Amino acid sequence: MRSLYRYLWLTRALEERLEIIFKQGHVIGGLYRSLGQEATAVGCGYALADGDWIAPSIRDLGGLLARGLDPRDVLRQYTARGTSLCAGKDNTNHFTVPELGILGPISPLGTQLCVLNGVALSFRSRREPNVCLTFQGDGASRTGTSHEGLAMAAALNLPIVVVLEHNRWAFGTPSTAVAAVKDWADVAGAYGVPAVTVDGNDVLQVYDAATQAIARARAGDGMTILVAETYRMLGHAQHDAQRYVPDHELAEWKDHDPVQSFSDYLIEFGFESDSTLDQIRGEVALELDAAADEVLSEGYPAAEEARTRVYGDPSLDAEVPWSRGAVPGYEGLTSGKRGRPAAGLEGA
Amino acid sequence: MENGGTVETTYLGAIREALQEEMRADDTVFMLGEDIGAYGGAFKVTDGFLDEFGPDRVIDTPISEAAIVGAAIGAAHMGLKPVAEMQFIDFIAPAFDMIVNFAAKSRYRTGIGAGLVIRGPCGAGARSGPFHSQSVESYFANVPGLKMIAPARAYDAKGLLRAAIRDPDPVLFFEHKFLYRRIKEQLPVDEEIFVPLGKARTHREGTDLTIVTYGAMVYKSTEAADRISAEDGSEVEVIDLRTLRPLDTDAIVESVKRTGRLLVVHEAPRFGGFAGEITAQVCEEAFEWLDAPIRRVTAIDTPVPYAPTLEDYYLPGEDDIVAAARWLLAY
Repeated sequence: MRSLYRYLWLTRALEERLEIIFKQGHVIGGLYRSLGQEATAVGCGYALADGDWIAPSIRDLGGLLARGLDPRDVLRQYTARGTSLCAGKDNTNHFTVPELGILGPISPLGTQLCVLNGVALSFRSRREPNVCLTFQGDGASRTGTSHEGLAMAAALNLPIVVVLEHNRWAFGTPSTAVAAVKDWADVAGAYGVPAVTVDGNDVLQVYDAATQAIARARAGDGMTILVAETYRMLGHAQHDAQRYVPDHELAEWKDHDPVQSFSDYLIEFGFESDSTLDQIRGEVALELDAAADEVLSEGYPAAEEARTRVYGDPSLDAEVPWSRGAVPGYEGLTSGKRGRPAAGLEGA
Repeated sequence: MENGGTVETTYLGAIREALQEEMRADDTVFMLGEDIGAYGGAFKVTDGFLDEFGPDRVIDTPISEAAIVGAAIGAAHMGLKPVAEMQFIDFIAPAFDMIVNFAAKSRYRTGIGAGLVIRGPCGAGARSGPFHSQSVESYFANVPGLKMIAPARAYDAKGLLRAAIRDPDPVLFFEHKFLYRRIKEQLPVDEEIFVPLGKARTHREGTDLTIVTYGAMVYKSTEAADRISAEDGSEVEVIDLRTLRPLDTDAIVESVKRTGRLLVVHEAPRFGGFAGEITAQVCEEAFEWLDAPIRRVTAIDTPVPYAPTLEDYYLPGEDDIVAAARWLLAY
C-alpha cells in the first residue's frame, strides 16, 4: 500500500517537477503528462514480476517508475542530456531499458504492440513464463498497426495484457467523435479474447485486475484486454491549453483524482496515517531536488555524436558533411576544364 | 546432380539453402510470414521447413505485414534472429511504418539494434501486374539504419542471405522473382558460401565504359555488353552492386576512373531511383575523370503494367542498354 502510494505520488511530483523545468526552458521539446491517469499505469506496472516486460504509452510514466526507472533518467531525456538513456537522440517518454524490461513507444501509435508481440514470441521460444503488458489510449487503438498487433497476439495466443486506456481524448478530439464504440470492452470480441473493465483511477482495482490478467497470460491462456476508464486532465502536451474540453467534465473528474482518492482511502481505513504519507511526499521532494540538481549540471551530447550509432558497425557512422572543414584540392581546380586533375592533385 | 564438387543450384534453391543452413546451425534463427508453413511459401522457398523446424520456428501469421515486421523487431531485441517473409515485396508497404520508424531508428535512439531480415520476391517481367512486380528499394533508400541487398547470382543470393541473417542491423533482402528458377549455377558443395555485405563485384570486365547495375538487369546489361563487344569491338565493364546499402562507392569510382564513362541501369522507375544517387556520388568523387555525361537506363515512371506489350515497353531492354552505351562510347 505504502509503495503504491509512493509510486503514485512520485509520478505526480516528477511530472510537476518536469513542468517547472519546462517553464525554466530546460525541456527542449514537448512535455506530455499523465495527470489524472497515474493509477492505471502504476497499478499495472506494480503487478508485473521480474522478467516481465512493460510497453508504456507516453502517459504511463508511473508504470515505468514502478518497474524501477530512475527519475534522473526521465529528467535527462526531457532535457536532452548526453547522459540520457538514448544519448540525447530521442525525446519524450520513449524509454527502452532491456534490464528493466521496458520497451518504449515511438510516436506513430500502435506500432509498439506489434514489436511487443516479438518479445512475447521470444519468451515462448525460450520456454520462459514471462508476460508482456502494454498500454494504448483509445486514440492509439484506432491505428492499423494496433489492429494488426491485437490480431496477431490473439491468433498466436501470446502472453500479453493490453491495457486500453479510455481517457476520452486523442490530442484535441474526443473519442466519441472518432469511434462508434460505446463500451470499450466490446472491442475484445473482434479478436476473440476476454475484456475486463476497471475504474482506471482506482489503483487497487487496477492492480487486482492486472494481476489476474497477468496470471492468465502466464498460465498460457493468452491475451486479455483491460479497459481502464479514466480521464486526461491536461491537454495533449504542455503547449495545449485544452480549451476544447468542457469545464464540467474536468470538474467531475477532478473529484475522482487517483492520487487524492487513494490517500483518502488509506487514511480513512487506517492503513496509513497522514503523517506517514506526508513523510513519503517529503522524501520524494528531496529525491527530486537532488535529481534535478544533478541532471541540470550535465551537458548536451557532443555535436558530432549525431553521426554515430546508426549501424552496429561504427565504420558505417554517417560521413562528416564534405562542406564542413577543409574542402580538399580547392586551390588547384580550374573551373570548366574537362579532364583529369593536374599532377599532384590525384586523390584530392 | 553433382559434378566435380559442385551441384547445380537455382537462385531460389540457393535462398532456400541459406535459410536451411542458418536455421540448422543456430536455433535462434526463425521465420515468420504468410503461408510459409504447411503451404511452403507462395514460391515454395520454405517447402518442408515446417516439418524440419516445427511451428515455433516456421510461424504462419495473419495477413498483417506490419505485425510480421513488428514481431521480428521485438524478437530481434530479445536476441533472436528473425527472417520475415513478404509474400511479394510489394506487400512491404503496409509494414513501412514498422521498418522506417521502428526498425531503422531503433539502434540510433535506444542503442538496441534490430538484427532482422525482411526478404521477398521483387521485380517485373513475370506478367504479374502493378502489385506483384515492383522494385521497392528506392522507397527505403532515404532511410539511414537500413541495409539492402539485391543479388543477381545464386552464389550471392546464398552467401549474402547468410550474412544478412548474421548482421546486427535490419536488412531488406530483395529476391528477383524472374531469376528464381531461370538462374542455375554450379555451386561448390564443400565450400562455405558467405558473402559480406557492402561489396560490389565485377560481373564482366571492360575498359571503355562502366555499367553499374544490380538484380535481373545484370544479365541484360551483360548481354548488351557482349553484343557491343561482338559488333563494335568496345569492351563494357559490368559492375553488379549486390548490396545497395551500404553502397560500394569505392568499386564504382575505381571502375569509372579506368573507363571514363558511366551508365547506370536499373529496373525501378527513373525519378528518385538509385541511379540518381550513384550519378551524384560519381560526380562528387570522379567528375574530372569523366569523358562523357553520366546516363541512366531505367524503367519508365509509371506503375508496372500487366499486358505483355505494356510491361515490355515499361522495362529497360537490351536494346535500350546497347543504344545508351553506344551513345556514351561515341561521345
